Amino acid sequence: MSNQPIIISASPHVHSDRTSKKLMYDVVIALIPAFLVSLYVFGIGALIVTSVAVISCLLFEFLIQKYLLKTTTTISDGSALITGILLAFNLPSNLPVWMIIVGSLVAIAVAKFSFGGLGFNVFNPALVGRVFLLISFPVQMTMWPTAVENNTTIADAVTGATPLGIIKEGLMYGETMTEIGSKIPSSIDLFLGITGGSLGEMSAIALILGGLFLIIRKVITWHIPVTMLVTIAVMTAIFWLLNPEKNANPLIHLLSGGAILGAFFMATDLVTSPMTKKGMVIFAISIGILTVVIRKFGAYPEGVSFAILIMNAFVPLINKFFKPRRFGSRIKSKIV
Amino acid sequence: MQKTFPKGGIHPDENKITSAKAIKKLALPKSVYVPISQHIGVPSEIVVERKVKVKIGDIIAKSSGFVSTNIHSPVAGTVTKLDKIVDSSGYKRQCIVIRTDVKDPSNFEENDLPLKKEIELSPKEILKRINDHGIVGLGGATFPSHVKLNIKEDNKIDHLIINGVECEPYLTADHRLMLEKAEEILIGIKILMYATHIESAIIGIENNKKNAIKNFKKLTRNERGIEIAALRVKYPQGSEKQLIKSLLKREVPKNGLPLDVGVIVQNVGTIYAIYEAIQYNKPLTERVVTVTGKSLKDPSNFWVKIGTPVKDLIDEVGGLPEDTRKIVNGGPMMGKAIKNTDVPITKGTSGILVISEEEAERKKSKNCIRCGECVFVCPMGLEPHLLMNLTEKRMYEKAVSEDIKTCIECGSCSYVCPSHRPLLDYIRFGKSIIKKLETNKN
Repeated sequence: MSNQPIIISASPHVHSDRTSKKLMYDVVIALIPAFLVSLYVFGIGALIVTSVAVISCLLFEFLIQKYLLKTTTTISDGSALITGILLAFNLPSNLPVWMIIVGSLVAIAVAKFSFGGLGFNVFNPALVGRVFLLISFPVQMTMWPTAVENNTTIADAVTGATPLGIIKEGLMYGETMTEIGSKIPSSIDLFLGITGGSLGEMSAIALILGGLFLIIRKVITWHIPVTMLVTIAVMTAIFWLLNPEKNANPLIHLLSGGAILGAFFMATDLVTSPMTKKGMVIFAISIGILTVVIRKFGAYPEGVSFAILIMNAFVPLINKFFKPRRFGSRIKSKIV
Repeated sequence: MQKTFPKGGIHPDENKITSAKAIKKLALPKSVYVPISQHIGVPSEIVVERKVKVKIGDIIAKSSGFVSTNIHSPVAGTVTKLDKIVDSSGYKRQCIVIRTDVKDPSNFEENDLPLKKEIELSPKEILKRINDHGIVGLGGATFPSHVKLNIKEDNKIDHLIINGVECEPYLTADHRLMLEKAEEILIGIKILMYATHIESAIIGIENNKKNAIKNFKKLTRNERGIEIAALRVKYPQGSEKQLIKSLLKREVPKNGLPLDVGVIVQNVGTIYAIYEAIQYNKPLTERVVTVTGKSLKDPSNFWVKIGTPVKDLIDEVGGLPEDTRKIVNGGPMMGKAIKNTDVPITKGTSGILVISEEEAERKKSKNCIRCGECVFVCPMGLEPHLLMNLTEKRMYEKAVSEDIKTCIECGSCSYVCPSHRPLLDYIRFGKSIIKKLETNKN
């Protein structure tokens, strides 16, 4: 026998090979297709925004842990990396660098560490960063460079609104959907992501691919993304059927804006989503409803970020009221 | 769809490396160390003194209550000591030490007894003998069998379930027994059905033991009332409540017993012990033990006399490997780590697992990322992360209202937690504190 002492510890004596780090890096892998599309569509701007967001998120995490909290740093656990990528995905590709840094600081310092760090945050850090920027710098945050094929220079002056922005504005000035229809990209372009918008939210196909990877790897379950998208589809379909000239069709709603990015990557954030499947369904339905309500009646053309953040706040309550059914709690046992 | 229980559960690596190894008879131990507490319930009372000579099967400790049972001498020899020694619980417990008489021919009796089909005893006599012969549940819980079979008038029992699931990774004792003693087990089942007047029996076996399923199906082709059910492999299906749910879709109520849903569950090893007790008047003095581990030279299954030190078994499989870091009494999911190999085999020991340095490492616990995995896998519908938090914060009353007491300690939550949080450790601790608080109150 070796000199090492025999260990006494309680069961179980084996463990699955999944670690939280592996889960996090699976999310990073899942985000790669959307990142590649953003590089193709926005060129170097996409690279700059993503790098700046990722580096500053990691740096803030390191600095806060090392000098403020004086704990061991956990920048390698992947969570700050994900926050950086997701924040970048929610930004226009021509946002000034200093704004990205401010957004990262808010995401890491305010949304994450002021609550106690990984696992204790109530709100999705990337979304907090994004919404902070949206409220603080509404002009820069809603000026998107349009998709430029073969764009190798930093995004130039060609900017425009997103499809949802165009629709919102058009409807406000009394145009009909038929008139607006010619101004927005086709559904195919929306699906592929050849359109204007935030970095990583345009390409439905790339995001769905990443989302499927996460479901297959069992990092997330289907409950939140599917329920949320179905809710958005049903809600918008009702409005559209009632008055197709005043409401965009459900396909446009699903494919543009942050619906798909939000459904697969933001609402499913492990830390800030419910812990039971029942809870997840309630959570996702609520996000879907809120998203459509904000898109239709709110001041912003986009509603997903706000909807998710609002519902994040309800997660503790959802966890409290939607518990798993305890084994043996059925009053009558079934005897055949 | 293969049958299984619907809520929770995990599928750890099986590592059933000994499933093809026939059960060998272990050499006679020099001395046996028989603890008086080998079952759930009140410890038995010692009825022998030092220097007394005993024969195989002599009662050396008597049942001292309803949930208690007799303990018999596993060997012929001389009682040398009545002493406290550390057993698998990690505590010093009263123990009867018997030096084996190597010259006594009864110690070398052939135990491959011929099959005996006719049941000669009456139901009453059968139940009495199960009580007298110290039969306890051999699946690991060691609940005295006569208590389980003590059916009251108003209990309407319609099913006898035979637990051949063996869902613990590594263990193959029940699997081998089902292959090698299938006919005896079937007679054992008939004995129980006759004694309890239950007309329907189901043998539940997980699908990773296809040869056992096939074997039993062949043997029961013309049997009425005995059914073989192949089950999807899922841990912890060997737990009574989960097994009943898998087979009959019945749910044992919270704080209830299988009797409440008309079922009695017995492990296959127990059934075999009952067969021997009834047909050959043999008390429970030996059992099958799997000795296993990835780095062992010759992992195997053995017939082991109760009270044999673990050391004897380890020697038989080639000694402890250099890199041994943990020795587990039982399987990797629910077994207890033991400190050394002096610990004796008891009625509840289904396996000895040797874990190497690499596998024994317990990773550092990280922050909970609220992924909900522990909630998804809990077969009892509990929220392990919450129970751990409540225990940590000493909010015991709240923990009770969150059903901490119904935890079956299967360890699925700790197994899956990607942050390596010691969920079950805390839940167990919480349960023990709560138990203490409740006893003090009364």
